Parts: sequence; C-alpha cells; structure tokens
Amino acid sequence: MNDMTPIQTTLKDWESDQEVRWCPGCGDYAILKAVQRTLPQIGADPKNTVFVSGIGCSSRFPYYMETYGFHTIHGRAPAFATGIKLANPDLDVWMVTGDGDGLSIGGNHLMHLLRRNVNLQVMLFNNEIYGLTKGQYSPTSRIGTTTPSTPMGSVDRPANPCAFALGSGARFVARGFDVSKNLPDVLIAAHRHQGAAFIEIFQNCIVYNKDVFNDFAAPKGAEDRQLWLTDGEPMLYAGGTKGIKLDLDTLSLQVVDVVDGDWQSAGVIVHNVKNRAIAHMLVELPFGPFPMALGVLYDDPRPTFESAVIEQNAKASEGREANLAKLLAKGQTWTVAPSAADPV
Amino acid sequence: MATQAAERPAQTPLETGTPEAVVVRFAGDSGDGMQLTGGQFTLSTALAGNDLATFPDFPAEIRAPQGTLFGVSAFQINFGSTQIETAGDAPDVLVAMNPAALKVNLAALKPGGLIIADTGEFNKRNLEKAKYETNPLEDGSLAKWDLLAFDISALTIEAVKPFGLGNKDALRSKNMWTLGLALWMFDRDRQPIVDWLKGKFKGKPEIADANIAALNAGHAYGETAELSGPLKKLTIAPVESEPGLYRTITGAEAVSLGLVAGAQLAELPMFFGGYPITPASAILHYLARMKEFGVTTFQAEDEIAAVCAAIGASYAGQLGVTSSSGPGIALKGEAMGLAIMTELPLVIVNSQRGGPSTGLPTKTEQSDLYQAVYGRNGDAPMPVIASRSPADAFEVAIEACRIAVQYMTPVMLLTDGYIANAAEPWKVPDPASYTPFPAKFLEEKNAKDADGTERLLPYKRDEKGARPWIKPGTPGLMHRIGGIEKHVDTGNIDYSPANHQAMTDARKAKIDNIVVPDQDVALGDTTGRLAVVGWGSTFGPIHQAVRRARKNGLSVSHVHVRHVWPLPQNLGELLSGFDQVLVPEMNTGQFKTVLRDQLFIDAKSLTKTSGQPFSIAELEAAIGKFFNGTPNDEGGEVLPNAGQLPEPDSGYDDGSRKRPKGVN
Ligand code: SF4
Repeated sequence: MNDMTPIQTTLKDWESDQEVRWCPGCGDYAILKAVQRTLPQIGADPKNTVFVSGIGCSSRFPYYMETYGFHTIHGRAPAFATGIKLANPDLDVWMVTGDGDGLSIGGNHLMHLLRRNVNLQVMLFNNEIYGLTKGQYSPTSRIGTTTPSTPMGSVDRPANPCAFALGSGARFVARGFDVSKNLPDVLIAAHRHQGAAFIEIFQNCIVYNKDVFNDFAAPKGAEDRQLWLTDGEPMLYAGGTKGIKLDLDTLSLQVVDVVDGDWQSAGVIVHNVKNRAIAHMLVELPFGPFPMALGVLYDDPRPTFESAVIEQNAKASEGREANLAKLLAKGQTWTVAPSAADPV
Repeated sequence: MATQAAERPAQTPLETGTPEAVVVRFAGDSGDGMQLTGGQFTLSTALAGNDLATFPDFPAEIRAPQGTLFGVSAFQINFGSTQIETAGDAPDVLVAMNPAALKVNLAALKPGGLIIADTGEFNKRNLEKAKYETNPLEDGSLAKWDLLAFDISALTIEAVKPFGLGNKDALRSKNMWTLGLALWMFDRDRQPIVDWLKGKFKGKPEIADANIAALNAGHAYGETAELSGPLKKLTIAPVESEPGLYRTITGAEAVSLGLVAGAQLAELPMFFGGYPITPASAILHYLARMKEFGVTTFQAEDEIAAVCAAIGASYAGQLGVTSSSGPGIALKGEAMGLAIMTELPLVIVNSQRGGPSTGLPTKTEQSDLYQAVYGRNGDAPMPVIASRSPADAFEVAIEACRIAVQYMTPVMLLTDGYIANAAEPWKVPDPASYTPFPAKFLEEKNAKDADGTERLLPYKRDEKGARPWIKPGTPGLMHRIGGIEKHVDTGNIDYSPANHQAMTDARKAKIDNIVVPDQDVALGDTTGRLAVVGWGSTFGPIHQAVRRARKNGLSVSHVHVRHVWPLPQNLGELLSGFDQVLVPEMNTGQFKTVLRDQLFIDAKSLTKTSGQPFSIAELEAAIGKFFNGTPNDEGGEVLPNAGQLPEPDSGYDDGSRKRPKGVN
C-alpha cells in the first residue's frame, strides 16, 4: 500500500516475545502465521507497521506481532486507526477486528472508516460468535444459533460482512479463511490496494462455534465449494467443471456446468475486480446453491482520505504564514497608549 | 411615532450624570439578528475603550416559530469606565424588537430603565403569540419604566427604499437601524460597523448599502428622539487599562487560540477530533481555519470516534485534542480511560451546559465537575483545570497542553456555555513570553539488562512519573500497548495482584504530584472571616460581590481555583486562615464536595441551577448572611435559591464558627 523501500525480513522477525494465548486449535493461529508469512513477502518494515485492534479474541493479535501495536477499546479500532493515519500517513496500518467488535459495537466506526477510504487493511475475523465473553451469538451468527444468551436459538437475521463493507463504500473487498493456503495472496492484494482494504477471514472458533464453516473451509475436501476469484479469469470452480454465468433475463448469477473446459460456450463470465455491480452479486451469493466466493471480490481504488486531508491542509496553508503573534492579534484591535503617569 | 412619558423613580439609572457602567440588552426574535447586533455593539464598545462583558442568551431551536416566547434571543452587554467582570445583573436599557422579547425580558429591567420598542411589531398577531391581552405599550403597564416606542419597522423600510428591496428584505436591516440608534445613544463611531458591513457583503454591495443606510437612519433618529423623549446621549469614559494591544475575544476563540499556542509551545502538530454539539462546536469551527499552524481537524462520526481518533493521533506523535459538552463527554469516558491506561497526552475540552441528559443545550451550568474528576470506570485519575473567563481560557488551554505533554496524561479543560459564547476585551499576549515545553520522543532503548543488552521499557517512568512517548516508525522501539493492565516496566500484559496495585499507585501518584502553581487570593486578604471560593465562570460575579462587600468593610476574600484536580498544594492552608468558606457554583455543590473531601474543611455551598449565571446581588446577599449582626452588614435575601443557602451559624457542634486548629 505504501511505496516504501522493501525490507528484507523473515517470518521470525515478525514474532513478538509474547506467549500466544488463544485456545489450542483456534483458527487465529493460522491467520497469525499467514500474516507473519505475508509481511516478508511484501517487504514490509516492522518499525513502520502498526497493528490496531479493538476487543475480542481476534483483537489480541497485535501483542503477537513484533511491530508497533495498539490494543484499544471495544469496537473503536477504526477511529484510532484513522487518527494514526491522519497523524502519520507513512505508517502501514493493519486493523484487526471480529464480527462482534467490527459489526456490532463498532459497526458505525467501521462504516465510516470504509466510506472515508482510510489507507489501511482491515482484517475482520468472522467466527460467528463472541468467544472472549464465552460464546454468545454474534451479529453474523446464523438464525437458530443456540448459545447461552439464545437457549432456544437466535432469531435475528445475520449481517453479511462483505455486503456491509461494499454498501459502506469500500473500494476493496476480499474473503479468505484461516487455514487457506491462498490467504497470503489475499493479504498481499489488500496491502497493494491504496485505500481501505476490507478482508473477511472466516475463522474457526473451536470452543464455541466449532467447524461452522466446514462446508467450504474444511482443511481438506471442501475445495469444490470454493469459488476463488482472480481478476481476468473465468469464474470457475469444482475443478473447472462448474462456472458462474450472468443470466441476462433475471440479471442474476447462475451456476452452469462446464463441459470439457469450454467455459465460453457455457456462458461463464470473466471476473473483473472493478465491476461493482457484479461485486454486489458476489457478496450476496447464497452459499449452498452457490459456492463461497473467495479471493478479491472487488478492487477499484479511489483517492484516500488522508491524501485528501493532507492536500487540503497544504492548500489552506499556501501562502499563509504560521505566525502566532499575528493570529492572536487578528480582527479588530485597539491600542491603549501608556498614560502620562505611567513610567516610560 | 409614539413616545410616551411615564411615571418613574425620582432618578433613572441613565440620568445619574455620566454613569460608570451601563447594561444594555438587545432582545428580539431569533430571526431578528440580535446576536449580530450585540456582537457589533460589543466591538464598538471595545473600540471606544470601555471595559465590557457580554452574555448572549439564545434559544435551543434554530428557527423557533416567529414571535413566540420561546423564540426570543437576547444579547446583554455591560460596559463602563471601570473594570467590568460580569455581564451585569439588571439591564438599564432594554431594546425589545417584538412583544415576546418585551415579555420575556421585562422582569429583569431596572425600575426606571429605558425600554426601546418597535411598535411595528406590536400588532394583534404578535401580541397574541406573546400572550398579551392588551398592548403593553398602550395600557400603562410599563409606567415603572421609560418608554421609547416607535415604528422601527416602518422607519427601516423608509430608510432602505432607495435600494429597491422588497419589504421582507428591507426589514432584515432592522437590527442595523437599531444598532445605529444605540451607537448614537452612546456616542460611538459608526465607521468600524460600516467597514464590517462592507466586508461582510462584499459580493452584494446593494445589501451592504441598504444596511449602512439603515444604520445611519437609526443614528440620525437619535437626534430627533432626544428632542422629544426620554432618550439622551451618554458618554462613558474609557476604562483605565494596561497599555497594549487589545481585541475582544470569546471563550471558544480563546480556547482554540490557546490550543494552537500550546501545540506550538510543545513543538507538536495538533490533531483535533470533534463532533458537532452545542455549545462546543465553535472550537471545531475556529480550528478548522487554522490549518497553517499544523492543525488537522477531523469531524468524526460520533463523540467516541472523535476522542479515539485524537488518542490515535497522540499515539502517532501529534497532540491529540477533543472537545464536547456534557453528554458528549460522557460518551468519551471509556476512551479517556484508555488514554489514562496507555498514558498518552490528550486534551479534552468540556464546554459545560445544563444537564443531565440533553438538559439545557444553550444554557450554562458547571455541573460536569463530578464527571470530570470522578466520572470514569476504575481508578482513573485525570487532571482537571477550569477557565474563569473568555480571556482566561487562552492561558488555561496552554496549561492543559503543558500538563498533557509533560505528564503523558489526558487533561480535562472545563469551560461552560457562558464562557464559550461571552466576549470580553483581551490584551493580546506576546507568544514569546511563554516558556516552551517541547515534547520529547524516545529515540533509543532506555534500559539495560543485567548482561548489558539494551532493552526498551515503554513504562519506565521519569522523575515526574511519566512514561516515555514513543512514536511508531522509530527504529528498534516496536512495542505493544493497550487497555489491559500492563507490567510496570515492560508494558506487557500483567494481571498479577502486586502489579495492578503498583500500576494503580503509579497512575495516582503521577497525577497527585503534578506541579501546579500555588493558589493566590484574587481579591482581599489572605486571612479573614470569609473566603468565597469559586472556580470557572463564576469569577466575575463573585469578584464584584466580594469587592462591594469589602467596600462595606466586611472581612471577605475571593479565592478562585484554576487547578481543580489536583488542587494547589497550599489551598488547604490558605483556606484554614478563614473562619468560613463559601463555595458558590452553578450546580448542586460539586466543588464543595471535592473541597470537603480533599481538604477536610467545612465548605458551605451556594448553588444555582437555573441556566443563568449568578447575579452580583445574589452573591452579595449570600455573603451578607455570614455577617449578620456585624457593623456595616448589608445582609439581604437571595430569592432564587433561598432554600439552598448555607446557615453560617450552624457550623460547629460547640456553636463556634472558628475552624478547630490543626484541621485544614
Ligand atoms: S474462544 Fe474461540 S475464537 Fe477465542 S481463542 Fe478460543 S477458539 Fe479462538
């Protein structure tokens, strides 16, 4: 994201001396490794890298990174990150949040971060549950999720993080999952994007919401239900035997069979990361009848918030002298002359 | 034109020769431009060399229905040839642009005072809206006062006729017509207002000309009215003031300038996160226009984001500032706790207003003191300082920046709706006269292990108890901070009992030991019968009341506290030199509680929560009660809060009023 001289590092350089305290088997471990593997690849500089998080299991992330880190308060990480970027746009900021932190208590801030287009990466770990507070249902839990706070199953409709991001005005929306070998590629793309890059990462909470993503995110055997999107490539999955077509009568996406790799005649469309209309359809694809759309769903940069602010600050200062004495004496003034009695 | 001579006291306030001070209140519909009129009249008063204090009083509704009682907007100014510290109690002159304005403001007018009323607006409809059954200008009910009633509306339309404006547009110049009359009355130069109008309507010269014509017509009318009615020209001598350059300033402006100056003295860029709220928004507006001073302003999505972004900016090495009023400050509470925990500099400006909840958005109160001092979860100590007047807000803002940067702590600066909006003359200070307090950032590791390896300890404290400020981007100093309890040195997560005890103690000690200047006595002796202890915007009325009481020979002093938390070291000892301590404040006794708690003194409370500042008379009466039975004691009644007055004689069990020795 920032044009900086690449730095040579290894995965080890990104590990802090802190003992990682997630539950054994938690998907967070895999994400942590993926990030630590990605940063050397993009030539990131530890001293310029800041991880900012809110509250929740995922938000412990900064402690484990040998970078600058700020573990803030529940839901507000986007606001802290915005302040950090405005104060020093050269910092490479990664925000870590969860489904509760980012979409419940912090939904408002996340929306504004995305619409403002602050130049940073947002990793939303979606495990569809509140882990740290011991297993209450979250805003992304599916209807009927039975938890201590919903003994008869949850009744409210879940939020869709990528649809939320796109609706909020995000210019980069991507999806991955904890144990996916493709996750570093998604992170690299997010980092390359200038502006707010939103990545939903499905994460397995093995204690409170075990394996709820197994239908598409099982370590093995679910590949046929993954639609990995690549810019300029046809939308194919299940080993190229199935594809996605745009039905022009209903203006909706459809699954089609592809015979002998002839996707053209099956009407399979080519992924264009700049196509916002298709992106809206991709984030909404119902899993089940459709595969899970993964990878970079949308990527079409716009000028960033901080560049606009800096430009305006510079413009406002143009030709104006920062003279405090003059500022204080601005407006209509009058002078009281020393009277004859005053010593001169 | 219907000037009407009325019965009045033997001598009206305006007939006492050349008065030392005059109080004028402009009142009209919120659409009548009374704040603008008041503001320009203030400017001309300042240019005439009078000392002054103003009090804008406007409705919460932006466009309240025309002519209604709740849509009345008023601007009061007290000016004179002596030191002026308050906007004045009762006006000598009331300008009433419609019946509602008359009704709402009449009770305040001094007996024998002058009413200037626009008969053009005293029509059936407006009288009904103001709930008048008969026209007060005609039914003799105003006999106690002098009345100058004539058709300002018609005269204005007449005056601006040559400019071809429709009646509606023409009537917009009514306030300038009125201002012209007021300028004549106090023998003021019109030129500065003419210049201002020309500047304001640069793109619309015909509007500027119409307004100038109205101003001139109002002024010319004064001559005529003098011949036929109670109006007379008054000249008020300029006040004796220290030589130097002066301007008028409101509290909101002074806070903004003080913050800019503070950031400059700290040699830091400033980041200001704000969210619109009355009466604090003006600070955001001012700072948004000071970008060339390294100020970035950020209008956040809510109060929480505003403070969080400011903390983020502080973390990244700028001076983070946020501002709000009571309800918004409540929302920022959790984030302030994080700034306390992560020990980052932050200035939080609270322009207090009447509460709780939405309360009285446009009225003043001092009821957020508990919130400032005690209002966070956990043991979360934070310095609190309060400005006493619009001009003082400049100094206090600098002081807030100094403490924040030197002690690595959030600081709350208390002002209030009165200070924010009121204006007073200000001797423009020389920025070079302030001692800079440049921020220092840690550049290299600050500790060594036993084996000599260099190590970073992000929570290693200096002699002030402050931890180092470490900017992300600094090579080799990567570290993590957050809201979870941290180890005393490394800042790593540490929940252990001994560590939490040590960190709680360290955070408290740091704030307790902040060096604040010794408390002085604002007026009077350093010992005596009664100390009137104030904080914040009660300065003016307390000062005047104590001055008058002292003139009457009473042994009373005025002590005004800027450093509310921690209190000045010598305050307990100073107050122990007085038999009694009275704490007037615009809340139900919050500072009194702090004083009782911290100093173990029997401070008595005088409280007022009407959304209006104390009047001098109220305070004089309260002071008098402490001197019942002593010579020269004026005594008196305090009607508004009579039930809340302390009983001075109820003091000690043995019936004595003396403080036991050794207790302070
Ligand atoms: S509770 Fe769930 S999400 Fe949290 S650390 Fe344990 S497994 Fe991971």
